[in-house]
Amino acid sequence: MSSVVLKRHSVLPGFGLTVGYTLLYLSLIVLLPLSTLAFKSSSLGFDAFWTTVSSARVVASYKLTFGASLAAATINAFFGLIVAWVLARYTFPGRRLVDAIVDLPFALPTAVAGIALTTLYSENGWLGAPLARMGVKVAFTPLGITLALTFIGLPFVVRTLQPVIDELDPELEEAAASLGASRAQTLFRVVLPALLPAWLTGFALAFARCLGEYGSVVFIAGNMPMRTEITPLLIITKLEQYDYPGATAIAVVMLVASFVLLLGINLLQSWSGRRLAA
Amino acid sequence: MNSNRKAFLAVALAVGLARSAYAADATLLNVSYDPTRELYSEYNAAFARYWQGKTGKTVEIQQSHGGSGKQARAVIDGLEADVLTLALAYDVDEVGKSGLFAADWQKKLPNNSAPYTSTIVFLVRKGNPKGIKDWNDLVKPGTSVVTPNPKTSGGARWNYLAAWGYALRQPGGNEQKARAFVTALFKNVPVLDSGARGSTNTFVQRGIGDVLLAWENEAYLSVNELGPDKVEIVTPSVSILAEPPVAVVDKVVDKKGTRAVAQAYLEYLYSPEGQEIAARHYYRPRLAAVAQKYAGRFGKAPLFTIDEVFGGWAKAQKAHFDDGGVFDQIYQPSK
Repeated sequence: MSSVVLKRHSVLPGFGLTVGYTLLYLSLIVLLPLSTLAFKSSSLGFDAFWTTVSSARVVASYKLTFGASLAAATINAFFGLIVAWVLARYTFPGRRLVDAIVDLPFALPTAVAGIALTTLYSENGWLGAPLARMGVKVAFTPLGITLALTFIGLPFVVRTLQPVIDELDPELEEAAASLGASRAQTLFRVVLPALLPAWLTGFALAFARCLGEYGSVVFIAGNMPMRTEITPLLIITKLEQYDYPGATAIAVVMLVASFVLLLGINLLQSWSGRRLAA
Repeated sequence: MNSNRKAFLAVALAVGLARSAYAADATLLNVSYDPTRELYSEYNAAFARYWQGKTGKTVEIQQSHGGSGKQARAVIDGLEADVLTLALAYDVDEVGKSGLFAADWQKKLPNNSAPYTSTIVFLVRKGNPKGIKDWNDLVKPGTSVVTPNPKTSGGARWNYLAAWGYALRQPGGNEQKARAFVTALFKNVPVLDSGARGSTNTFVQRGIGDVLLAWENEAYLSVNELGPDKVEIVTPSVSILAEPPVAVVDKVVDKKGTRAVAQAYLEYLYSPEGQEIAARHYYRPRLAAVAQKYAGRFGKAPLFTIDEVFGGWAKAQKAHFDDGGVFDQIYQPSK
């Protein structure tokens, strides 16, 4: 409730104007293109729509895409936190360089990332060869897909957390310590709760990015039906048959599922934010 | 979807830039597929010379390359191509269906509107360690075959149909046996890349597979690039005649007023000079005199056409590659 009260007493004018602008802008940039998706797929009729989006092969691709994206976002949430913490809290030689490296997955064309990772992790690659001897196959398996998605998603977690850690006053930790909290208590009771909302945002961004990723994954996935086909590849497959309605039908399912998940994470985030404020 | 849109933007941008830089009497946009890049950069220069000599007018030809299906969709979605030079008739058919030209486009130029042809051959590792000679060697247990996914790659559809046609033409061959043969072949495929260049990469750079199914012209390019000490070409006993077709986009040339030059551009592909250039880039020429000159380069094995064996692209696409078709059934879990 407190946020609503704040807005009413804001010193800046123009609430009506900016909200109007926001709605118009979102409609033009986001809702309009997406509504054409719904429109195209609606030409299928419900039965054909359902047959398309529930066929065994498409369902297998949902499982893979959502599973690998979730795994990649989780890995990034954990290691991204460490990276962000180190970059925000410590100064060491080469820090700026490391800081810049974090952004590389943003900037690199995804196909380049995919080819580079495949070269590295295929069975004759630098890392793939020793791993293959240990019986671990990375390229052309779901593991490889997860790896590519982890690469793509890292900056989202780091860049969301970093400013929040910057803002987090070290005196809080000192106060906790001087009041007798152990290191673990300080971490789990003081630091992590303060980071939780931003952490969730970073996780959600990384996750959402992975769901739609195509360019890097097709190279490392091997694209075997039922096993390593991601959902975006099936959309391309439909387009290759000029089956626009079928392609948009799958896209609509992806869209709705992603939206529900992101909405859920947003709710979780505002809940954790409120808990923090209370 | 995303990469598709990016490709379209890139094309649009490139075209825009090129347009502002030159002021030729006419400009043509040739929307083509991936492996013809070098062929058309040489041909465009030759045609521009010929056209200037004949009419005194200059012509500027822009090229756009990408996956055949992706290119066709870009044209359907509004990319203003004067001519199409794609990998398979099915993609050209689809552009026609959108109303840009009539359905009988394939009859407008000689030889099914395919001025040059190619076929499907095998690329194997130096010395052919697995002794791969013909299609039936590909289904042996322990042989690993690399081909792109026929669902996403036009080129890969030729690979698949070539294997099917081989099985059909064996003594006692029938639909059922062909199906079993192709199923066994794809069981030996460890990776299905989305496009032909991806598969070449998998075979050559990753060292995966004993044999790569490839277009003859692509196979020659690979050998040239890697050197004959790395890979060699094996020509099977029988294969398919791949006919990459060309077509004028009627609606666009009428709007832009480029019909004469667009028509001449495609017709000149059939001329001795056009055929010579195609042959230099390892496409099989149609013209007997040129074919004679480059005879040593191309295998003599008999080739069947898609019309003979499959009744044309529309039928082949529907039976084999559309959703629920034979290719899908190979991978469908048994119920």
